[in-house]
Amino acid sequence: MFGLNKKDTTFLLIVIGLTLFTPILMQPFAEGSGLAQFNGGYPDLMQKVAIFGIFAVGFNILFGLTGYLSFGHAAFLGIGSYSAVWMFKLLTMNVIPGILLAMIVSGLFAAAIGYVSLRRSGIYFSILTLAFAQMCYKMAYSVLTPLTNGETGLQLALDDPRILDKAIEGSSLPVTNIFGLAMNSTYKLEVMNHVFTFSVGFYFCAVIAILAFYVAIRLFRSPFGMMLRAVKSNQHRMNYTGLDPKPYTLAAFVISGMYAGLAGGLLAAMDPLAGADRMLWTASGEVVIMTILGGAGTLMGPVLGAGVIKYLENIFSKINETVLHSWFHWLPDGIEDVVVWVFARFTGEGWHLTLGVTFMLVVTFLPGGLIQGLGHIRDRFKNGKKKRDKYDDPDPDHHPAPTKRVAGE
Amino acid sequence: MGILEVKGVGKRFGGLQALGNVNLSIHENTVHAIIGPNGAGKSTLLNCLVGKLMPDTGSVMFDGQSVLGRKPHEINQMGISRVFQTPEIFGDLTVMENMMIPCFAKRDGAFRMHAFESMAQEGDLIAKAEKMLSDVGMLEKREMVASSMSRGDKRRLEIAMCLVQEPKLLLLDEPTAGMARADTNNTIDLLKQIKAERDITIAIIEHDMHVVFSLADRITVLAQGTPLVEDTPDNIKGHPKVKEAYLGETQQV
Repeated sequence: MFGLNKKDTTFLLIVIGLTLFTPILMQPFAEGSGLAQFNGGYPDLMQKVAIFGIFAVGFNILFGLTGYLSFGHAAFLGIGSYSAVWMFKLLTMNVIPGILLAMIVSGLFAAAIGYVSLRRSGIYFSILTLAFAQMCYKMAYSVLTPLTNGETGLQLALDDPRILDKAIEGSSLPVTNIFGLAMNSTYKLEVMNHVFTFSVGFYFCAVIAILAFYVAIRLFRSPFGMMLRAVKSNQHRMNYTGLDPKPYTLAAFVISGMYAGLAGGLLAAMDPLAGADRMLWTASGEVVIMTILGGAGTLMGPVLGAGVIKYLENIFSKINETVLHSWFHWLPDGIEDVVVWVFARFTGEGWHLTLGVTFMLVVTFLPGGLIQGLGHIRDRFKNGKKKRDKYDDPDPDHHPAPTKRVAGE
Repeated sequence: MGILEVKGVGKRFGGLQALGNVNLSIHENTVHAIIGPNGAGKSTLLNCLVGKLMPDTGSVMFDGQSVLGRKPHEINQMGISRVFQTPEIFGDLTVMENMMIPCFAKRDGAFRMHAFESMAQEGDLIAKAEKMLSDVGMLEKREMVASSMSRGDKRRLEIAMCLVQEPKLLLLDEPTAGMARADTNNTIDLLKQIKAERDITIAIIEHDMHVVFSLADRITVLAQGTPLVEDTPDNIKGHPKVKEAYLGETQQV
């Protein structure tokens, strides 16, 4: 189905199913109960997960397949946001033209930046992309203020032209919509004391994310995807096989730039505001961390990484000292203060410490990312507890067959 | 006229004249070996043929067209495939994918954006790749990751990858370097089989005389950047100039 093989189709259907039922899955705890703070923060958080999932999936097309590590992808995210907001200001509050323009403009920027940066590989490529992104950031702050509104960020205003929407102009700022359906409108459904909220914004992001994910699967499995893996594996051999690696890497760079632009456009569609901070190098670093944490070069890894990071960010930054005191109030006073102090370092403002520790643990013990961890768990279920090493798999080339026994045993 | 005509090629690296006025003509459907002691300029000559190095003087004509100034992938598209001293394959990919890449390169040229096509619809290319794999006896290894194979198998795969492109000229740079005797003999058998089965011109650079004399139709001996003699293997064996180049000048006692 959809031009995919059976395994990929099942996989895609599972992803679609999970996405559609997110409002239910992510709010397992009743509103107002003690555990409610572990609810997924729907719809804001789930929108973020979908958007950053798109960002990371696109980044993975470049980094996971070709091995070129870009440290400047946030530039395309920011460019996408600015383009989308300009479209909201000038043309219409309908998000479709804004998102299309975001993809086109960031694609053009990606072509220009990629053309220059891809002359180098390895660390030099990373530094070049980082430099370009920082240039974009600084320019958005300074010389490009007429376009970007500098520090304040680009915002909607009442006197924007909005050529197509003019007839329905009111006295308050209009909201982004898709053919009249406002992005921030929600529908509530009450079942067994649980209130399930279905938000238009989330479902819009989810549908786009599924489409983006589907495109990525097709690309991974296509001959083009194979060529990109060949770029990572051996460019020398590629050259002497009559293939030019340059246009392949540039195409991957532009595609992943357009994914980033799409994500930026969606961010603006959810909240029509674009600031230069979106292009800061820490934002570029975040997508690298998401991709590696989840598993670079795998299909699901980047989405998983984006989900885990955004979820952890949301949960941990919500826990403050008051919450911690209410958790540990049963401890003796002196010990309670110590315990709360320690936990406070890892929560609230300090949640980056948790992220750092998680990242270190994953990279050390699961170099293939969380996806590798899931693979281990699946193997454990399939093969039982028995530990396996390389001698357990038959090696047809090895004669005599290798044995576990050591000489003299 | 040979399929490859090298005329007056010279290459200097700083103070070292690596190649000085090399003339060489490789004829169609022959196996032409280039031998010579270390530092004779064999690899430099080969690099000049495939676009890795640009010679300072002279011309290199392949099939009536100059190869000079072209990029390696353009020269490959003209019909020259090269096998390297250490096998250059796509280590992270499976054997079958390794075979598919040259198939695509041959059909689609240096770049094509086939991002929305599926591998499954490339039945012709898959059949072609499988045929080639079975010709070199590797069909049962098609799903193996290429880097996990033995060196002999990697070499075999690399040769198969070059052959599936149906090149007019196959360049082999010390195809048996660093191989065990058994692997060397297997490679010789494979090359003999290739030569017998298809119309192909092969140029081979080799140290191992056993390999050279079992394969070559013509041999060029290179020493200090210039061709010393060019002749059939039988005549080369006893040639005094060749002995001199390899063993040094004969001492008059």
